[in-house]
Amino acid sequence: MYPENYRYTKEHEWVHVENGVGTIGITDHAQHELGDIVYVELPKIGTHVEQAKNFAVVESVKAASEIFAPVSGEVIGANDALTATPELLNSDAHGAGWIAKIKLSVPEEIDRLLSPTDYQAYLGEG
Amino acid sequence: MPLLKTPLNAVHRALGAKMVDFGGWDMPVEYQGVLDEHSAVRERAGLFDVSHMGELEVRGPQALDLVQHLTVNDASKLKPGQAQYSALLYGHGGFVDDILVHKVADEHYFLCVNASNQDKDYQHLAAHNRFDASVENAGPRYAQLAVQGPLATGVVQKLTDIHLTPIKRYHFVDGHFSGAPARIARTGYTGEDGWEIYIAPQFAERLWKEILAAGADAGILPCGLGARNTLRLESAMPLYGHEIHASITPWEAGLDWIVKLDKGDFLGREALVKQKQRGLTRKLAGFEVQGRGIARDGYEILKNGVGSGWVTSAGVIRGGPAPALNKNIGMGFLPVPLSEAGHAIEISVRGRGVEAVTVPMPFYKRAR
Repeated sequence: MYPENYRYTKEHEWVHVENGVGTIGITDHAQHELGDIVYVELPKIGTHVEQAKNFAVVESVKAASEIFAPVSGEVIGANDALTATPELLNSDAHGAGWIAKIKLSVPEEIDRLLSPTDYQAYLGEG
Repeated sequence: MPLLKTPLNAVHRALGAKMVDFGGWDMPVEYQGVLDEHSAVRERAGLFDVSHMGELEVRGPQALDLVQHLTVNDASKLKPGQAQYSALLYGHGGFVDDILVHKVADEHYFLCVNASNQDKDYQHLAAHNRFDASVENAGPRYAQLAVQGPLATGVVQKLTDIHLTPIKRYHFVDGHFSGAPARIARTGYTGEDGWEIYIAPQFAERLWKEILAAGADAGILPCGLGARNTLRLESAMPLYGHEIHASITPWEAGLDWIVKLDKGDFLGREALVKQKQRGLTRKLAGFEVQGRGIARDGYEILKNGVGSGWVTSAGVIRGGPAPALNKNIGMGFLPVPLSEAGHAIEISVRGRGVEAVTVPMPFYKRAR
């Protein structure tokens, strides 16, 4: 369920880092809690985001939820497919439902994030 | 204060429902998803636990006089077995609540009121009861199940000997529903045909399960308050606390059709007459969002960048059978000239003006 090579936040985002670029999304737990997702406000390419700061908004039928950047850096990609098919976030949160790609400016930030084991333990406590 | 629970609380949890605090009640917001549950009611049938709703019983030789004094619609026009949509107002013309008035018999009226307002409504009736009538706050004696959708009548018919087809909309019959004494009313809050079934709480769990079993062939789904909200929004039915509250009058909410000024005096009438003479400044309008963004309750509505009103209810609604595009709609208060259909407005979404246009309501009307 929670890929081994991803890292997670307590705010239910994930990041998958490859060659200094982090692909970011929300966790399967998050999409389940949000319910039917109907709109995603993507970050603009070229903007700089700070770790733990709001950088995107996901809206479900129930509410708008701010998404916090798990890592700092420059937005170098956004998943335009979510504009027409936001439901990808429900059906494939860890894959086709990725939100943005960020070129990491502080790579060591990744060490502060949760492993899949720690994240699932955290979910279990909740 | 701990959350109040309906007799079906454990049943909802066993079904995996997401539960929310709704006006102090621990209620299911969704089971498998709001969009699917909404579609089930539009296309087939849905079952709702609405046991949180309040019930007030008005009895006595002057029961009608009390009801007439405190409601805006003309209850003297009701025949036994008939119901009407109505409202309780304060003297200043604002809403205490919107309600359904059922005439059970000449000296007995049964009022279905909003869950979070039931104690306030009871106090309101008691405080103004200068008639030979008694008022009972009867909520704890009733559970209520709503079966709604084009296939609802067939599902309900499987569980009762009462012949349902001749019962017209806004009429009800007292009888038995799968062996339980029940009030079976052809009413609802979804914009579809359907039934609201009032029973004693001890029957709720058995009847809930029997309705789901009886409706399995029809594709019935248990539905939560999420779908109940989008269904009523699409049908432009007001929700207390949103479109109507103490500082909104029926004229402003577009509920002129339930106000019968010619029935005689009633609480709030004078204020309504005065407001009509002065003229309205604001009115409830429907809108469709055209730009990228989603309106939410409480967001500001702008006209050419200037704050002009506010959103009372909004959301994304499945536009029809899949793969229909979702509809992004809402209601809100606007200055009267802007409340007519066809005006370009903007919804302020996180500081950004998202284009929208005012449209006629309701957004959905069932085929008859």
